Amino acid sequence: MSTAVARRSTLPGFGLTMGLTLTWLSVIILIPLAALFLKTFELSLDQFWGIITSRRTLNALKISFGLSFAAACVNLVMGTVIVWALVRYRFPGRRLFDAIVDIPFALPTAVAGVALTQLFAQKGWLGAPLAEFGIKVAFTPIGIFIAMIFIGIPFVVRTVQPVLIDLDPEIEEAAASLGANRWHTVFRVILPSLIPALLTGFALAFARAIGEYGSVIFIAGNLPNVSEIAPLLIVIRLSEFRYADATAIAVVMLVASFLIIFLINRLQRWAQARIPVH
Amino acid sequence: MAIEVKNIVKTFGSFAALDNVDLKVADGELLALLGPSGSGKTTLLRIIAGLDWPDSGEVAIDGENALSRGASERQVGFVFQHYALFRHMTVFENVAFGLRVQPRAIRKDEATIRARVKNLLDLVQLDWLANRYPSQLSGGQRQRIALARALAIEPRILLLDEPFGALDAKVRKELRQWLRSLHNEIHVTSIFVTHDQEEALEVANRVVVMDKGKIEQIGSPGEVYDNPATAFVHGFIGESIVLPVDVAGDAVRLDGRPLNIPALGAASGAAKLFVRRHDMAVGPAGTGALEGAIRHVRSFGPIQRAEVALSGSEGKTVIEIDAPRDRELQVGEIVSLQPRRYRIFAAQE
Amino acid sequence: MSMQTGLVTSTTQLRTYAPATDVSVAAPAPRLEIGRAEPGTAQRNLRTEPGPIRFIIIALAIAFLSIFVVLPLVVVFASAFSKGIGAYLAALAEPEALAAIKLTLLIAAISVTLNLVFGVIAAWAISKFEFTGKTFLITLIDLPFSVSPVISGLVFVLLFGAQGYFGPWLQAHNVHILFAVPGIALATIFVTFPFVARALIPLMQEQGTQEEEAAISLGASGLQTFFRVTLPNIKWGLLYGVLLCNARAMGEFGAVSVVSGHIRGETNTMPLLVEILYNEYQFVASFAIASLLAMLALITLVAKTVLERRLDEAEVPDGD
Repeated sequence: MSTAVARRSTLPGFGLTMGLTLTWLSVIILIPLAALFLKTFELSLDQFWGIITSRRTLNALKISFGLSFAAACVNLVMGTVIVWALVRYRFPGRRLFDAIVDIPFALPTAVAGVALTQLFAQKGWLGAPLAEFGIKVAFTPIGIFIAMIFIGIPFVVRTVQPVLIDLDPEIEEAAASLGANRWHTVFRVILPSLIPALLTGFALAFARAIGEYGSVIFIAGNLPNVSEIAPLLIVIRLSEFRYADATAIAVVMLVASFLIIFLINRLQRWAQARIPVH
Repeated sequence: MAIEVKNIVKTFGSFAALDNVDLKVADGELLALLGPSGSGKTTLLRIIAGLDWPDSGEVAIDGENALSRGASERQVGFVFQHYALFRHMTVFENVAFGLRVQPRAIRKDEATIRARVKNLLDLVQLDWLANRYPSQLSGGQRQRIALARALAIEPRILLLDEPFGALDAKVRKELRQWLRSLHNEIHVTSIFVTHDQEEALEVANRVVVMDKGKIEQIGSPGEVYDNPATAFVHGFIGESIVLPVDVAGDAVRLDGRPLNIPALGAASGAAKLFVRRHDMAVGPAGTGALEGAIRHVRSFGPIQRAEVALSGSEGKTVIEIDAPRDRELQVGEIVSLQPRRYRIFAAQE
Repeated sequence: MSMQTGLVTSTTQLRTYAPATDVSVAAPAPRLEIGRAEPGTAQRNLRTEPGPIRFIIIALAIAFLSIFVVLPLVVVFASAFSKGIGAYLAALAEPEALAAIKLTLLIAAISVTLNLVFGVIAAWAISKFEFTGKTFLITLIDLPFSVSPVISGLVFVLLFGAQGYFGPWLQAHNVHILFAVPGIALATIFVTFPFVARALIPLMQEQGTQEEEAAISLGASGLQTFFRVTLPNIKWGLLYGVLLCNARAMGEFGAVSVVSGHIRGETNTMPLLVEILYNEYQFVASFAIASLLAMLALITLVAKTVLERRLDEAEVPDGD
C-alpha cells in the first residue's frame, strides 16, 4: 500500500535517508574498522601478546599513555585557570584570547609540529634560553609532553567554559550568605560542581594526546624506547610491512580510546543524574 | 465538508492517547475539542490532518477515506500551536507557499497567486505586513498570518491547535471574537483544540469535552455547562462545589446527616454532589439542606464570595459560594445553604 | 557546537561577573546590592577574588596561551619570511609546492562534497524521526573523532594494501587505491566524516519538525519541503560544518601520511610536503607551505566566530 511509510510518520524520506546513512557509514567507517579487528584475529593470542609486550612496543605505549596523562593533568589545571580568567574577569584582549584557545583545534597538526620544533630547538626562541639552564626540550620526551599540552588545552577549556558560565550565581551568593569566605566558596561550592566537566575535558584531552601524531613526531626525536610514541611505531611497522605488529598496537590503542569514550559517557550520564539540568 | 471519525485508537508506547473515539462533524460547523493536557485532543486533531496516524479506526472527510492520503494530499488547513511560520520567508511568501508548491499542471500564474495572497492578507487585516518577517510580528499577528497561510490552499476543513494558547489574555479575547466572525464569513468546517473552557464556550457552536483519550460529552456550549453528562465535565467546566455524599434510595447524606434534597435518580452508594457556586441559595439558619458559618467575605461587582465552614464537619469542610449582594453577609454569621440546581454522580473516579 | 553558541549567548550574562572596579559594569548587577543601603566594597566582591589573585590568574592564563599557542603561530610566519618575501614566493612557486596545493584542493573538494551530502542525509534521518538506537547511531558517526589519525590510515592499508584484503584483486585489475588519490580521499573522508552531520543534528533537533509539517500540510512534496523550508533554516549550520570539515580535510596529516606513499609531485598534500621539506632542512620552503595552512586555520577561526554569531541569532526563538 502506498501509505505504508506515511502511516508511520508525516515527513517523508525516512527509509531512503536511513538506508543511505547506514550504507555510507558502513563503507567508510564500519568495514574499515572491522578489517582492523579481523586482521587481529588472524594472530594467535601468543603472537598478539608477544607483539604488545615486546620491549619497544611496551615502551612506546608507556610513553604515549604516560605523557598523555601528564599533559592532560597540566591541561586540567591550566585549562581551569584559563576558563576562570576568561569567564570571571575582564581584561584587555579577553575576547581575542578566547578565540586563540581554538587554534590548536584549527591548526593542521603538521604545522603545529614544525612550529613547536622550531620554537623549542636549541637555537629557537624558547629553546635557546632554556638551553642556558641546561634544559633540552626538542627531541626529548619533554618535547612530546609540550606538544601534547598544546593539542589538549582547548578540550578542557571548551568543556568547562559553558558550565562555569551557566553556573547559577545564587549558589555562590548562598554560600557567602552562609558565612563562607571566598576560598571556601570556590573550593567547596564552585569547583565541585565543575567536576564532571573537568573530568570530561581531561578525558578528551587525554584521548586526543594518545592518538596524536602530526604535532608530536617532529619534536619527539623518535628514539626507540625513549621518545618513540605508539602511533609512530605503527607507521614504522607499516613501512616495514609488518602489518600484524601495526594492527596489534592499533587495536590496543583503539580499545583504550573506546574505553575512555565509554567512561566519558558514563561520567556525563552520572553527572546529569546527580545535578539536574537547570 | 463533513468529517467522520470512527473507533480511533492511538497509543504511544503503553499510553493510550485515544481510546476508541467516535466523532461526527457537520459541514460548516465550528467545533471545539476541549480537555486538559494529555486528554488526546491534539492527537485527534493531528490524525484528522494526516500529521499522525491511528493504530486503528477510520477517518472520512466528506465521505471519502482520508487515511489513504498523506497530509499533503488532504487539503486540510492546519494552524499550529506555535504557528510554525517559515522564519526565512516574508509574510507574503509564507501565505503564498501553499500555492507555489502546487504541481505545475494546476499551479496558478504569478499574478493570480499575488492577487490571492493579497485577498487573504486583507481578510486577516494584515496586508500592510506583507514584507515583514515572522520574527518582526507580534504573537497575535503571527496567529492571523498562520491562519491566512492555511486558508490559501482553499482547505476543505480548517484545524487549529490551541490557536490562542501562546497569546496574552487581552489579545486572546480579541482574536476569539475575530475567529468567530471570520468563520461566519468563510464558513469552512473548523475544529479547534483548547484547554480553556471559556474559549471553547465562547467561540464554538459545539463543544467536545475529552479526558484520558475518551470523549466525555458532546453538546452545545449551553448543554455542556448546564447539563454536564459526567462528573469530569461538571468539574472541568465552570467552577463547582464538590461534596462527598452517600446515596441510599432517594436520600442523600453528607457526613452521615441527611440532606433534604432528592437523589435525582443517582445509584445508591458513595457519590459526589456537584453544585455551581451561584446555585447555592443563602438563607437564615435552619431553613436549608446545609448549614455553616461564614468565615470570610469578599465583594466584587454584583456578587459577594463567601467561604463557609460547614457545620458538623468540625470546620474542616470549607466551601466557596457566590451570593448576590442584596444582603451583606457577615463573618461569623451562621447561614443555611440550599442547592438550587445540582447533580449527583457516583463516586467511581 | 552547542557549547560554542552557549558562549555567545552568555555575553550579556558575563557582565555580572565583572570585577567591581568598573562602576559602569558593576551597575547591571543589582542582585548584589539588594538589602544594603550603601554598596559596600565587601559586598561587591562577593563573587570575585581579591585583586592580587585576580591578577595572578589572568597573568597565568595569558602567559600560558601566549607561550603554548600564540608563539608557535608567530614562528610559522617568522620562519616563512626569514629570508625575505622573494624567497617565500619562490618557495610557493616550486612545481612540487603547486602540485601539493592542487592535490590538497582536490582532496578537500572530494571529501567535503561527499561528507556534505551524507551529513545532510544523516542529519535528516536522525533529527526528523524517532527510532530506537538513535544514540548508538550518533556514537558510530562520532567514531572517527576518537580514532588516532594513524589508525584511520592503517585501516585502509589493511583493506587495499598489497597484503590487504582487497590488495590482490586490485593488483590483478590494475586499480590503484593506496598511494594514489582514491586512498588519500578515503582516509580524509574517514577523518572528516562526523563534521557536517554533527553540526546539523543538534540544530535540526532544536528546530523540530513543525515547519516541515506545516509545509507538508500545505501540499508540499518531500523535496520541496527540504529545499524550500529545511535547507534555508540550516544554511548557517551547514556552512559551519562544511567550514570545519574543509579545514580538517586540507590539514589532515597522520591518516594521509599512512596511505599516501609520499610520491613527490604526485601524492604529497600540503601537510605532507611541510614534513618532507622540513626533514630536508628546507625551512623557508617548509614554513612557506605551513604559513598557507596556518592562514587557512586563521580564516576558518574568524569565519567560525562569525557563523556562531549568525547561528546564535537564528536560534533565538520567535518569542513575543
